[in-house]
Amino acid sequence: MASSHGTPPVFNNKVIAWVDHRLPIFSYIEKEYHTFPTPRNFNYFWNFGAIATVMLVLMIATGIVLATNYTPHVLMAFDAVERIDRDVPQGWLIRDLHMNGASFFFIAVYVHIFRGMYYGSYKAPRELLWILGVVIFLLMMATAFMGYVLPWGQMSFWGATVITNLFSAIPIVGESIVTWLWGGFAVDNPTLNRFFALHYLLPFIIVAVVALHVVALHIHGSNNPTGIDPKGPQDTVPFHPYYTMKDGFGVVCFLIVFSVFVFFAPDYMGHPDNYIPANPLVTPAHIVPEWYFLPFYAILRAIPDKLGGVLAMFGAIAVLFILPWLDTSRVRSCTFRPIYKWFMMFLVVDVIVLGICGSKPPEGFWVPLSQLATLYYFAHFLVLLPILGKIERPLPLPPSIADSVLKKKAV
Amino acid sequence: MRKPFARNLLVSGAIALAAFATGTVAIAAGGTEHPPHKHWHFQGPFGTYDRAAAQRGFQVYQEVCAACHSLSLMSYRNLTDLGLTENQVKGLIKDISVSDLNDEGAVVDRPARPSDRFRKPFPNEAAAAAANNGKAPPDLSVIVKAREFGPDYIYGILTGYVPYDKLTPEQIKEFDVKKDDNFNKYFPGHKIAMAPPLSDDKVTYADGTKATLDQEASDVTEFLAWASEPHMEDRKRTGVRVILFLIALAGLMYAVKRMVWADKH
Repeated sequence: MASSHGTPPVFNNKVIAWVDHRLPIFSYIEKEYHTFPTPRNFNYFWNFGAIATVMLVLMIATGIVLATNYTPHVLMAFDAVERIDRDVPQGWLIRDLHMNGASFFFIAVYVHIFRGMYYGSYKAPRELLWILGVVIFLLMMATAFMGYVLPWGQMSFWGATVITNLFSAIPIVGESIVTWLWGGFAVDNPTLNRFFALHYLLPFIIVAVVALHVVALHIHGSNNPTGIDPKGPQDTVPFHPYYTMKDGFGVVCFLIVFSVFVFFAPDYMGHPDNYIPANPLVTPAHIVPEWYFLPFYAILRAIPDKLGGVLAMFGAIAVLFILPWLDTSRVRSCTFRPIYKWFMMFLVVDVIVLGICGSKPPEGFWVPLSQLATLYYFAHFLVLLPILGKIERPLPLPPSIADSVLKKKAV
Repeated sequence: MRKPFARNLLVSGAIALAAFATGTVAIAAGGTEHPPHKHWHFQGPFGTYDRAAAQRGFQVYQEVCAACHSLSLMSYRNLTDLGLTENQVKGLIKDISVSDLNDEGAVVDRPARPSDRFRKPFPNEAAAAAANNGKAPPDLSVIVKAREFGPDYIYGILTGYVPYDKLTPEQIKEFDVKKDDNFNKYFPGHKIAMAPPLSDDKVTYADGTKATLDQEASDVTEFLAWASEPHMEDRKRTGVRVILFLIALAGLMYAVKRMVWADKH
């Protein structure tokens, strides 16, 4: 790409130069986080990758502290969490950060995914970058699901029961898989133990995939709101200080909103039933997952057949893997796609409607609505995207990024 | 059954727009009324626990609720957080005895110490269930967090009993209420196992406050809200500082960002 990529930096500090000659970590940092040429026209949607990274680090840091004070046993887990809240010095803070951090990690990642879809960041040559992102999303869902089981409240227990039971829909081997997941014939102590072990393991796998995601990002560089490639140095700025500063500002703004919830409404995103200790003999009136799973939960329940519902739910994520090939348009950014732009916004509304349906009991008017919303979700990816790319006439693209920035300023 | 639509709109807004979110669904069933919203001293970003009310609430808990409901996550020493001195706490618990093991390993009763957890009314859940028609009374340690509408619900249950002869024939028919049933306006399904626990002058307050049903119910709710989250005031105080700091930091960051970008716009 740009010329600054070619010449290795010279370090004046002897120790740094000595280390770098043998293990070029300083050259790497210099190249990838300092001089790295980045499109100059990012809007604030481009903050959310950095924000998600900060949330991941925050979740791991608070999670390790929580794990040192937690007991994964069905008789002790609920009280262990309450002991953290009450008796561990600042334990309430660590726990509130962690439990709200999960929600805000998802918020950051959902905005990040929306950004990628709206501006066509998944398109060539960034298909693998996008696929790694979907892998991260899947790993996050698994991690969050298992984390929610650990406090061993009513929603923990019944959520675990419902979700693990989904696998029983698989023909022939389904029941055996469920027994294997549970480590027994019901959700019980072995289940809690393995969920704790995996909940501790998966975040580090997420870190590894995030590293691959970043490496893939740095091969072709970031997409940008115009979706056109940088054509020279006038189109880019060095990552530092331009985007370190802008990301830093975005991160702090995000943390302000996060803090409002952590300190003033820590239980707003949770369900009151999870403050009732798990009881296998009493089923809650409505079993609902955490809010960030609600759209997928709605898709699961929209299909009247159990196996069909499970396939649709996993299909809703699987379809994201092939998104780069479903989109046939030559133009990346929705800014220049007059028709698709509206369908993209409609997809956002559709997912919100699915989320509302997921929070409602599956009865009455909510059933056909969630079926309709599910239908649109799949039609959007499998029908609209391939066809629109062929029939839509994109708006004229600006000649360069610099041109689009300067024109905007003139207006 | 219905939750305000606006809230749900916000809920789902989070999915795309980093706004508010929740997965909460009403747990109430069969036309149960929402408990009326009452103003609580501990609500709002600067709300604190009303110490006097919570101390009276402890008395209500101790003299009435503790006969059936445990408060297993609390220790007597925690009461010092409500503004009582250690000696006052010792005075309050002087008549309480807890079971322990002696040096020979035999179960014995001994006077409670401030370091003890609140005494459990029953030796185990089976005994609690056996003494209460097969269903153990719930532990109250986090009850205010464990119910939708939190303190309003607790207060609503304590004051929401309707005597059999005040029920309409439709209510009796719809909910199949028998003469011995306890009907509560705010309990899901209305028929509640707990007999009305509070009434006027059920306790005699040391501070001279008149012990009406309403007063007792709101005092014990204040106490239970504190028990559910003893560190709430600390949380809010920390929050104010953290947010003020972050806003100042954001302002600085924005100023520096503008300077850095000055030649690029």
